[in-house]
Amino acid sequence: MSAMTEAAGDAFVITKRNLIKIKRVPDLLVFTTLSPIMFVLLFAYVFGSAINVPGVGYKEFLIAGIFVQTVVFGSTFTGYSLAEDLQKGIIDRFRSLPMAPSAVLYGRTLSDVVNNVISLAVMALTGLLVGWRIHTSFAGAVLGFVLILLFAYAISWVMALVGLLVRTPEIVNNAAFIVIFPLTFIANTFVPTNNFPEPLKTFANWNPVSAVTQAAREQFGNTSPLLPVPDVWALQHAVAYSLIWVILLLVVFIPLSIRQYGKAASR
Amino acid sequence: MTNAIEAEGLIKKYGDVVALDGLDLEVAEGTVMGLLGPNGAGKTTTVRILTTLLVPDAGRATVVGHDVVSDARALRRVIGLSGQNAAVDEHLTGFENLDMVGRLYHLGRTRSRERAHELLERFDLVEAGGRPAKGYSGGMRRRLDLAAALVAEPPVLFLDEPTTGLDPRGRLGMWDVIADLVRGGTTLLLTTQYLEEADRLADKIAVIDHGTVIAQGTADELKAQVGGERIEFTLTDAGQIGAACAALASLGSGAARTDASARRVTLPVDGGAAVLVAAIRELDAAGIAVQDVGLRRPTLDDVFLSLTGHAAEIEAEQADDEPDTGQQDSSQQDSSQQKEVASR
Ligand SMILES: Nc1ncnc2c1ncn2[C@@H]1O[C@H](COP(=O)(O)OP(=O)(O)O)[C@@H](O)[C@H]1O
Ligand SMILES: [Mg+2]
Repeated sequence: MSAMTEAAGDAFVITKRNLIKIKRVPDLLVFTTLSPIMFVLLFAYVFGSAINVPGVGYKEFLIAGIFVQTVVFGSTFTGYSLAEDLQKGIIDRFRSLPMAPSAVLYGRTLSDVVNNVISLAVMALTGLLVGWRIHTSFAGAVLGFVLILLFAYAISWVMALVGLLVRTPEIVNNAAFIVIFPLTFIANTFVPTNNFPEPLKTFANWNPVSAVTQAAREQFGNTSPLLPVPDVWALQHAVAYSLIWVILLLVVFIPLSIRQYGKAASR
Repeated sequence: MTNAIEAEGLIKKYGDVVALDGLDLEVAEGTVMGLLGPNGAGKTTTVRILTTLLVPDAGRATVVGHDVVSDARALRRVIGLSGQNAAVDEHLTGFENLDMVGRLYHLGRTRSRERAHELLERFDLVEAGGRPAKGYSGGMRRRLDLAAALVAEPPVLFLDEPTTGLDPRGRLGMWDVIADLVRGGTTLLLTTQYLEEADRLADKIAVIDHGTVIAQGTADELKAQVGGERIEFTLTDAGQIGAACAALASLGSGAARTDASARRVTLPVDGGAAVLVAAIRELDAAGIAVQDVGLRRPTLDDVFLSLTGHAAEIEAEQADDEPDTGQQDSSQQDSSQQKEVASR
């Protein structure tokens, strides 16, 4: 067997192992699905009653933002799980086996994509129930979802490195929370950035979370000429800017994480 | 005979803590080496280096000719590891745990399953095999972890404190399993804090303290150094110590030691319980009242005391203070003897 096939096979075994856990720990599934539902409902009805977005209506505007925020939060699970495996000595077991050193990380990030697909599906259904619609084509919708998943996948690799460095699952969660909350709120996720005060506005407009959200809105057809896109390259070319970030994060964090995995022993 | 494991001048530091301080070790193919030392001696660090989990700061080591640093991937094909804490995935069933390990050793789908079934059978886990490991007892987890180490039938096996934390029955069961295993010719490096365990399982023992090997040999050689078995009598009346020594003179394998303040006479013996009975008869015949009597086998602490002049120290006591449910008699004996040593 060539090294590549062998590594892919190993990653597949690990993915399967992680997916079994989703099945066995129902709390986890409840959390992945319930909190997005709650988010959609709370924002749609609580904020939606007060915020007026010209041309599209708040619910249309909101859904893509919630999608992106949820999957970015979901990717902290990558770091959490790796820290947990490290703490329980399971990574020690894996590292003593003649398996590909990258397989644990590829398997982990891949199964977390499955996690995110589940949340996206649940949120999309909830969105449809409260009145969100896709106004483009099937292909457009798929492209929008793929872009969101790709971005989440890239963030997963950042979290993988964090998890391997921090080693304590709870701390990974808390640390991620402190970074991800501002990152997903100082953006166009929940309100248009037009009226943000100056330094925040620049940050928000160049924030990759905004670009991914804008790109998804475009792909779903949740935009309107009445709601002009800020005149910033990042948002004018939202798909390209999002992809640049995805590639950049992957190119930097995949090798860093794999290297850290090679050194990570429990304790 | 060739060596399956060779280590030379291993050094490993964690910041200021010197975990290994020039450790040398040779384990001949097909033999069992017991790495004996108190908590913090460097046993786990040694195992981690030899199983490629840690890179040494200096020194070199090979397992079946594979260098632990430059040839790590090939080395992992020929070893099995059961670490100090059972590394089983709680959410997987026993079967799934073993099957997964088989796949990661690249045994293939069919062979991995077969092997998982074989091992569940061998380790008395058939019934539990379909349940998530979350619900397993400590002993079952340990057995599953050991089974995982055996999936690929590796020629060299590392077991780090395989019986720590087990109840007496679990410990005896584990001893049988291990004894069985090495009959098949596997080379085994086993770490333990209990001389009794090393004695029972190992062909050769390396005593390790502060990251170096301070003595090596067979269990008998070490015990000879320590002084073997002895009987300890606590008399009712300290004034009879002299008479007791005279009565016991012909039974001991050496001169009796006495401690008037504790009203104690310690007699080195060969022959265990039979001598104990004879000794009690002698004392009884001489009209000497005995408050307490016991046959003592040498413990790790005795080995330490005789090798280093100090007891196995604080670290070992801390280990015994851990809320380790079901530590068995021998460890209680250890700690009671430690206290004696400390009060002497
Ligand atoms: N990751 C670590 N960081 C700091 N110190 C460590 C680490 N691992 C082990 N040590 C220290 O190294 C020494 C040897 O530890 P170890 O090999 O675990 O001993 P043993 O297994 O014999 O109990 C101890 O003093 C321990 O505290
Ligand atoms: Mg240890």
